Amino acid sequence: MLYAILCYAHEETVFAWSKEEEAAVMEKLYAVQEPLAKAGRLGPTGRLMPTTAATTVRKGQGSAGQEPLVLDGPFAETKEVLLGFYTAEFDSLDDAVAFSKELSAVNPGSSSYEIRPFYVFHPGEVTVGQGDETGDRKAETS
Amino acid sequence: MTDLAHIELALMAARPQVLGALLRYFRDLDTAEEAFQEACLRAIRSWPDKGPPRDPAAWLIFVGRNSGVDQIRKRAKNEPLPEEAAFSYLSDAEADIAERLDNSHYRDDILRLLFICCHPDLPNTQQIALALRIVSGLSVAQIARAFLVSESAMEQRITRAKARVAKAQSGEGAVPFEAPDAAERAERLKTVAAMIYLVFNEGYSAGATNADSAALCGEAIRLVRILLRIFPAEPEIMGLFALMLLQHSRAGARFDGEGQIVLLEDQDRSRWDRRLISEALAMLDKAIRHRRPGPYQVQAAISALHARADRAEETDWGEITLLYELLEKLSPSPVVTLNKAVALSKLKGPQAALELIEPLVEKLDGYFYFHGVRGNFLMQTGARDKARDAFGRAIALANSPAEAAHVRMQLERL
Repeated sequence: MLYAILCYAHEETVFAWSKEEEAAVMEKLYAVQEPLAKAGRLGPTGRLMPTTAATTVRKGQGSAGQEPLVLDGPFAETKEVLLGFYTAEFDSLDDAVAFSKELSAVNPGSSSYEIRPFYVFHPGEVTVGQGDETGDRKAETS
Repeated sequence: MTDLAHIELALMAARPQVLGALLRYFRDLDTAEEAFQEACLRAIRSWPDKGPPRDPAAWLIFVGRNSGVDQIRKRAKNEPLPEEAAFSYLSDAEADIAERLDNSHYRDDILRLLFICCHPDLPNTQQIALALRIVSGLSVAQIARAFLVSESAMEQRITRAKARVAKAQSGEGAVPFEAPDAAERAERLKTVAAMIYLVFNEGYSAGATNADSAALCGEAIRLVRILLRIFPAEPEIMGLFALMLLQHSRAGARFDGEGQIVLLEDQDRSRWDRRLISEALAMLDKAIRHRRPGPYQVQAAISALHARADRAEETDWGEITLLYELLEKLSPSPVVTLNKAVALSKLKGPQAALELIEPLVEKLDGYFYFHGVRGNFLMQTGARDKARDAFGRAIALANSPAEAAHVRMQLERL
């Protein structure tokens, strides 16, 4: 089954890492993903900007047809926030749990990995974008 | 990263919120700081075994408040100290505690803590030093190194500033501990934002020469990020954040191997930090959506146009000139006009730019950058003698050896 694995963390701590600390963690995380990638089981992965960069579009309350509200900030004010995700094919939930445990072991910033199976999955492909961001995208997912 | 290093990061991250809450309880900075220290010690003893709590700030506020109360009681010799075991139920009851602590105060706690450091009687340098000591929790030694003064001088400066704040807090005009109204809150936010930008600039102007000073940029960014979390819909705070990220994104390109200044147009743009730029552009987009322009947003927008140009020749000087005109309307100053002149010189040549800045001579005569820019325009028009004079004046006014060296280099090219 195809799963999304969502990484939750205290962002105050994660974004306080120095460049070196961060690079060390990322390297270990890539090492954990590598076997899955080689086996053709790893789909798109992503790392999100802090929740300060988030905007939330919330359905207007009250009368029908009301314009949705556009709010600055994340969907929910929580202590731990969604900071990244993986998509991967696992034979069993046990395998997905094992993978998440491995990620957790090398990521001191993560507090939880939520494992959510997919109903529908369209990986799509983004073919336009500003140079720097595309570059980043490649660097983060390769 | 060790567990301990990770705990220290968590403590540092929680500090403004926890200290702000403890200050509200105890209404005294020293008591609040002591209680925070005690809570941190207990965290370092208990978290490695039991694991960090889900909400570190709530844990620290709870423990800090109890230990502060104990200290006060102990001084009053009313009751004996409770056993360490009295805190042992904490990890089981964490969720409960988090709910009992009043979240709605947090935002004003942090703002108050920062605002108290911005007392109008304190000169800028003391405001910054105090904020770095109290809110950021940097050591006196670290701050002293960043400001290139001795530790004892910095200790004195901070002690004086603290005494001034304590005195102000006990008299009229004290910053009240009640939640402020919306207008007062906006006013505080503005003052605090200006102070944080000063912290940033302190680090930015020091440049590559001093790593401790340069670290101030990172600290200022962290402080604005905290403000953004508690005031997520303030376009000017978004603008300030984007502006600082954009300026900081060039840190790796602003100086050459010898510590000499490299001008924006000569910088190796591949050394700009793309990740900081991406986040800044995202934040600027959010700010602009509010349609409430302000000086920080406009400055960030100008900086963003530089960031968007892959090569210096691709810079949109027309748009930048327009933005400087908007900035002149929002916050008129001769320095803004001077910057507009630089943009204009790229569009219409040095003569037009010179005409624009001639009326500024009186106001900016003591300003290094004015004479450097003027010398440059003069050089471009071929007025070599006048250019030489202007560069000479700039060197005399330089704020750092790197600035002086940069102008000297231009002088030699004449």
